[in-house]
Amino acid sequence: MIRSGVSASRPAGLGGPLRLAVPRGALFGGTLELLDRIGIDTHAARSDSRALVFSTPSLQLVTMRPSDVPTYVEAGAADVGITGKDVLIEQHDRVVYELLDLRYGECRMVLAARTGDRTLDEDERRLGAMRIATKYPRTAERYFESTGRQPELIEVKGSVELAPLVGLADGIVDLVDTGRTLAENDLEIREEIARCSARLIANRVAHKLRAAEIDELVGRMREEVGA
Amino acid sequence: MTHPIPPGTRDILSDELRELRRLEATLREVFERFGYGEVATPTIEYHDVLARGDELGAPAAYRFFDERGELLAMRSDMTIPIARLVAERFATDDPPFRFAYLGRAYRAIRPQRGQMREFMQAGLELIGPDAPDGTAEVVEVLSAALDAVGLTRAVIGLGDADLYRQLLDEVGVTGDARQAIAERLASHDLVGLEAEIHSLGLGAPEREMLVRVPAIRGGAEALAEARELGGAAVERATARLAATYEALQQRGVAGRVRLDLGLLRDLGYYTGAIVEVYDPAVGHVLGGGGRYDEVMGRFGRPLPAAGFALYLERLHIAQTEEERIAGEGSS
Repeated sequence: MIRSGVSASRPAGLGGPLRLAVPRGALFGGTLELLDRIGIDTHAARSDSRALVFSTPSLQLVTMRPSDVPTYVEAGAADVGITGKDVLIEQHDRVVYELLDLRYGECRMVLAARTGDRTLDEDERRLGAMRIATKYPRTAERYFESTGRQPELIEVKGSVELAPLVGLADGIVDLVDTGRTLAENDLEIREEIARCSARLIANRVAHKLRAAEIDELVGRMREEVGA
Repeated sequence: MTHPIPPGTRDILSDELRELRRLEATLREVFERFGYGEVATPTIEYHDVLARGDELGAPAAYRFFDERGELLAMRSDMTIPIARLVAERFATDDPPFRFAYLGRAYRAIRPQRGQMREFMQAGLELIGPDAPDGTAEVVEVLSAALDAVGLTRAVIGLGDADLYRQLLDEVGVTGDARQAIAERLASHDLVGLEAEIHSLGLGAPEREMLVRVPAIRGGAEALAEARELGGAAVERATARLAATYEALQQRGVAGRVRLDLGLLRDLGYYTGAIVEVYDPAVGHVLGGGGRYDEVMGRFGRPLPAAGFALYLERLHIAQTEEERIAGEGSS
């Protein structure tokens, strides 16, 4: 029987099937496809866009923004979850187990600037710091720190590509999939910071107390993605 | 006008404090029953003295100068102050030393539920007895304490702080690669760990062993499973863990212990057996501990030692959640 709705107030620790945090957005399709392939009925999650919780016999699915997945998993409100490596890098202080590279949702975290433009290097040399706009301030901060540079980070929420076009920043740190958006805005990749893809993560306590179920889930997913 | 308090601190009001005090009384009773007398040490110590012991532990985050210009620090746990106490106050006494404590400690962590910057720890230290018997005694008291506060479903994870280092020695991984692997393991990044191991150019059996051993957790069968993977190398690296588990079986407390070959503790001073406490009702670790055989030597009194600390506020949360679950089950 498929039950959906928000009635599932069971703490993750009460037993029953494992609770999996499923990312909505760009990773939603790939995640449901993977779940289908390992034999989990995702029909309800596909059809009802307003409900947040979907129960299947082997797994309870809870849907949320990808950036919320580590929050739910760290607190144990979900036993396991799927989110992007970009989210895990940005929230690197969350204590969760990263169990498996699921190999979909592949993209790159990059430093990009206007094509052929020298402002990035010149500002660094003459003004002491380049100005970088990003939605990933902590990722950017750690990357520049690790490469011995001290940029001025500007956090923005919307389209980051706009910032260098109108002179808010010299460059951007952002997630790039095909690179089309960059090209359309006359931006080019200057440095690659990290390769990202969907990852399976687990709560620290669930990883110990529900070891057999989690290992079994990892095994089934590993077989499907060929990791 | 508002009157704020620093982030990560909080006021505790009567209803909550009444329950916390009850919890403390229960724990104190268990510690006394096993012969662990309670001691209290100052919340502030000289920074140099703390740093002597916890160079590898949680660094003291809150430091300030006193009126004479001396650098003081708020303690980040109770183990180091008690190591100091034993070395100073019991310099000429013979071990064993059994001490319990219920006290506040301070860490500059990201505040969240049950995890504040000022927090209460309840625990004990056993200084003198060696592994595995000393470890087994500590785990026995820990188990009794969990039962006494009603957390009968709680599980104790048991690992060995040196196990993986030893495995790396066995296959000859050194230098930067070793450091990178240790970092991946410490941050629970098993995907990164596997990638690092694959980049080493090892043979398939060694690679398989390094990837799979830290994921092994379970009962007595876990050791057999690990040995199947790595033969003699794993046998040597897990010998101490096996001896600890055997000692726990003899004391009759192995039942709630889960072996965890990938277990690591945040504090670097642990050597040998390490433990962590979980309850299925909450997603956070309730406490932990282990052997710290090299710490006492830093205070001029080299003695084997082991202990554990439970986070009082988290125990309280777990108690509350367990009661809620029991209530739902019976209604």
